[in-house]
Amino acid sequence: MSIAATNAPIGQSERRTKAKRLVTGRGRYTDDVTARRVLHAAFLTNPFAHARILSIETEEAAGLPGVERVFTGPDIADACNGWTGNHDLFPKLDSPQQYPLAVDVARWQGEGVAMVVAETRAIAEDAAALIDVTWEELPAVADPVANLEPGATVLHPGKSDNLALELRLGTDAVDAAFERSTLVLEESFRFGRHTGVPLETRAILAEFDPSEQRLVIHQSHQAPHQQQELFARLLDLDEQNVRIVCPDVGGAFGIKLQFSGDEAAVAVAARILGRPVKFVADRLESFTSDIHARDHQVSARMGFAVDGKITALEVDDIYAIGPYSIYPRASIMEGNHVMQLTAASYTVPAFRGRSRIVYQNKGLMGHYRAVGQPLGCAIGEVLLDRAARKLGVDPVEIRRQNYADLSAGPVTSSAGVALEGLVLHECLDTLVERMDLPELRAEQTRLRSQGRYRGIGIAGFIEQTGPGPNYYGKGGIPVSAQDGCVVRLEPSGKARVFSGATDQGQGADTAAAQVVAAALGIQADDVRVTLGDSEVCPYGGGAFASRGTSIGVEVAWRAGRRLRSQILELAGALLQCDAEALDLRDGQVIELATSQARFSLEDVARIGHFRPYELPEGFQPMMSAVEHYVPRDKPTVVGNGIQGSYLEVDVETGIVSLLNHWVVPDCGFVINPLLLDEQIRGGVVQGIGGALFEELVYDDQGQLLTATMADYLTPMAAEIPDIDVTRIEKPMGDKTLGAKGVGEAGTAGAVGAVLCAINDALVPLGAGIAQTPCTPARILTAIEQARNE
Amino acid sequence: MKFPAFKYLRPSSVAEAAAQLAEHGDDARLLAGGQTLMPVLAMRLAEPEVLIDLGRIENLRGIALEDDALRLGAMTRYVDLERSALVAEHAPLITRALPYVAHVAIRNRGTIGGSVALADPAAEMPACMLALGAEIELTSTEGNRWIAAEDYFLGLYETAREDTEILTAIRIPLAPERRVGFYEVARRHGDYALAGAAAVGDVEDGRIQGLRVAMFGCDDLPVLAKTAAKAAETGVLDGAWLEADVSPTSNINGEAHIRLAQARVAFRRAVTDLLGVSNG
Ligand SMILES: Cc1cc2nc3c(=O)[nH]c(=O)nc-3n(C[C@H](O)[C@H](O)[C@H](O)COP(=O)(O)OP(=O)(O)OC[C@H]3O[C@@H](n4cnc5c(N)ncnc54)[C@H](O)[C@@H]3O)c2cc1C
Repeated sequence: MSIAATNAPIGQSERRTKAKRLVTGRGRYTDDVTARRVLHAAFLTNPFAHARILSIETEEAAGLPGVERVFTGPDIADACNGWTGNHDLFPKLDSPQQYPLAVDVARWQGEGVAMVVAETRAIAEDAAALIDVTWEELPAVADPVANLEPGATVLHPGKSDNLALELRLGTDAVDAAFERSTLVLEESFRFGRHTGVPLETRAILAEFDPSEQRLVIHQSHQAPHQQQELFARLLDLDEQNVRIVCPDVGGAFGIKLQFSGDEAAVAVAARILGRPVKFVADRLESFTSDIHARDHQVSARMGFAVDGKITALEVDDIYAIGPYSIYPRASIMEGNHVMQLTAASYTVPAFRGRSRIVYQNKGLMGHYRAVGQPLGCAIGEVLLDRAARKLGVDPVEIRRQNYADLSAGPVTSSAGVALEGLVLHECLDTLVERMDLPELRAEQTRLRSQGRYRGIGIAGFIEQTGPGPNYYGKGGIPVSAQDGCVVRLEPSGKARVFSGATDQGQGADTAAAQVVAAALGIQADDVRVTLGDSEVCPYGGGAFASRGTSIGVEVAWRAGRRLRSQILELAGALLQCDAEALDLRDGQVIELATSQARFSLEDVARIGHFRPYELPEGFQPMMSAVEHYVPRDKPTVVGNGIQGSYLEVDVETGIVSLLNHWVVPDCGFVINPLLLDEQIRGGVVQGIGGALFEELVYDDQGQLLTATMADYLTPMAAEIPDIDVTRIEKPMGDKTLGAKGVGEAGTAGAVGAVLCAINDALVPLGAGIAQTPCTPARILTAIEQARNE
Repeated sequence: MKFPAFKYLRPSSVAEAAAQLAEHGDDARLLAGGQTLMPVLAMRLAEPEVLIDLGRIENLRGIALEDDALRLGAMTRYVDLERSALVAEHAPLITRALPYVAHVAIRNRGTIGGSVALADPAAEMPACMLALGAEIELTSTEGNRWIAAEDYFLGLYETAREDTEILTAIRIPLAPERRVGFYEVARRHGDYALAGAAAVGDVEDGRIQGLRVAMFGCDDLPVLAKTAAKAAETGVLDGAWLEADVSPTSNINGEAHIRLAQARVAFRRAVTDLLGVSNG
């Protein structure tokens, strides 16, 4: 790392540059963008989990005043190529062809069946209600376990079963290891289906100019370059004529990372009608058509030696996806993470994992914040706690003695995760200190004698952030793992940044401004950052997998440093001295030897732009710089961290009150402590949502029972305890700035910490729970079962 | 989620509103705070042709002390009840229960009349009316009538109010010695109750008399737990007899016996709250 990386404003808690604009109501979200003669779309969606469309009668709807056109599935499919959510690294996955709207058969409740385009959204909704569909209801495939049995109803005609893909890891040596174990614990975990619930729902405005065959899309999305490629490919357009602009995006969390049929239908309609078309998903549509996540049933077995050392681990996962693997990123990763990240920070001598990915007549499965990581973490930590109790080992001690030994350098876990540069012991020790664990235990004991049940949970997690190109690149999926960045010096000596990273509220733009400012010796406010425009910004991957800082900010730093060199070359040419003898500080060109300011940055910039004749003959001033960066040397940047939860269970009502929450993340090099802490806190809240509240409940007919905010409970401020964040800062010591992603860290550990704490609280009752969300009824049922045993 | 088209009327007197309601009957809906009705319209769960907004009828608002009762206008907002010294003095049960009704923003618009008219089985205010022995005034073009809360709630979202009647006021009998207790089990602050109990009664020499406990969130309608209350007067506080009064069914929140167990806890905690002993 360069010395200059310690320059301000790097490391300072700069506030988000956009925050003031957004809180004063001047945000410009996709729905705020309008266009002349814009039309609005509304969808008629499938009311069943699985049904054949025998006929669609659209005449009455089309005749309603204000309606421009009604499209059915085949109408749209005629003008849009189909797609499949497959992945070349997993050739056995053979997800069937999909179209923007259902053709012949609709396969989940909420799937688009017809689209009305009208002068207003209200008229479009009126018309959608007039479309008459004759349905033939088909049997729903809605129980992932039963649907794997021989003879079960098969969702896709022509397939022999509902198994989309089976993943396997590890070896059968695990059997012998279990046999040799003193203690073998076995548990069936269930993790409810949930989703991300961004404040701003999915939204799109599509404009098509037939004279240039040009498609311009404003969309609330995380990856504009991915969308540019997909829209071009599916609508047979030239890629340079497709522009995707992501204006302010009000939260995303992976919900705005895939390709959605309704959005494709809108683009097709704009092209056919030659008028702009807008669609903003309402909350009902969001719950049924946004990507879902989690929904795993995991049988896990863990073996231990008498001293508490882990001897063997087996993870057998059933992952219930939708009727198709999601396009373009495929519904695989979460199954993989559940296997790989269970007990990932511990030495596990023998391991075997299996994940069976099962088609269901339910919403499609995508990549929601922390993709499977919270599940793996929770499984490992709950079992470790149980072993500690059975073997009479202290829960902190059992963790300490099982941690992977990295003293001799990087190791690869038996599930295949490369562990490098982790700070396991330091995080644990810091957590124990921050929690004041002995005092908490004493309080817990004191209150137990008064019939109050408090629980303490500790959960360590491994995070895989900032992924390289292997997974998507080799999968044949057009997702960029690299980001490009252009930094441009303005005549005023201030700078503009254009980057392929994107921001949905994390502050990626603020952090980029900080590193560029540090490189150029100016203030963060002197740098304006433009993101999210596929036409203007250098090509990049956008936001996913906690890559914004470790890749997006890294490349901004590199581009800033390159521009810095170019400016110093220019100043050196002016001063007839070596560029090495100069530095940029406080908006001035400084002579290092004397620390004297020789020029202002503005002077140099104005000469470069307007008066290059003052420079030696033949010298070409370079006023902007471009850099690209992709991590090539490792598959991901692995980080770790640990969380603690303190809570009270009302054992009569089943209500859990969270009292305190602690996080000790290993963050590598910290660019902005404020942004980092808030990322962690937001992530914890979403983890708490999964642990206690949020669940997309389907009945056995595949009907979604929780499709409103009154039924799908998100955590609210009143339920959230204070979240104490203590950063461990250990730069990675390679050629990069050394920042690790923390976007998913909060979510990754919170579920495990809360689940462990609830189980700890229930110990005196002999009860345990292994299902999320831990609803009051589930907690009471667990207590009742223990009582009946 | 856009409203279907409807005709919007904004009468300035009860008589005018009653006439409009008489004219449109079943096709009309009254609009009070709109905190339930607006989402219902947006989700197109109801598509009335006419909306009659009661918001401009001044004398439907207000809190007044009468000889033997506290009178609450139907359009009095939760926020005004919450801040009212008269309510705190003469109907403290309402003051106790209001923080459990939704959130501040919703209480700024929601009305007591809207809540009692809606008769959500898990809502706090209907149960309080039952426990307090309130009377409800219903007005139509034919005149007005008063009905006891006990006769008013009939079933799931079903009340004795006719389609042509407006709920205009609520009277709560004054009972200065009376004590109150309240408890609610909810998954988050401000949610409708999984189970709740609102209690009023007198306490003499540590014994409870005249106990009325209204259970909510346990059945299709708010229910006076008469059997369990009788038992409590003899010292059985734990709601052991509650299944004689309420019959929760299995639903997404849990199986019937789990919901009954939660109802028992709510009963006991409301009664111990009334007794002024700590809620164990
Ligand atoms: C997020 C959220 C959380 C909530 N949580 C709770 C909660 O915890 N507990 C709770 O009790 N409520 C809760 N509510 C509902 C809220 O209290 C409602 O506002 C209330 O129940 C209805 O009152 P309103 O004035 O808004 O009535 P409106 O929504 O205007 O009307 C409701 C119904 O009553 C009818 N009506 C209204 N006034 C009259 C009248 N004077 N005469 C005859 N009919 C009339 C209307 O026609 C309509 O059918 C919540 C609402 C929201 C949005």
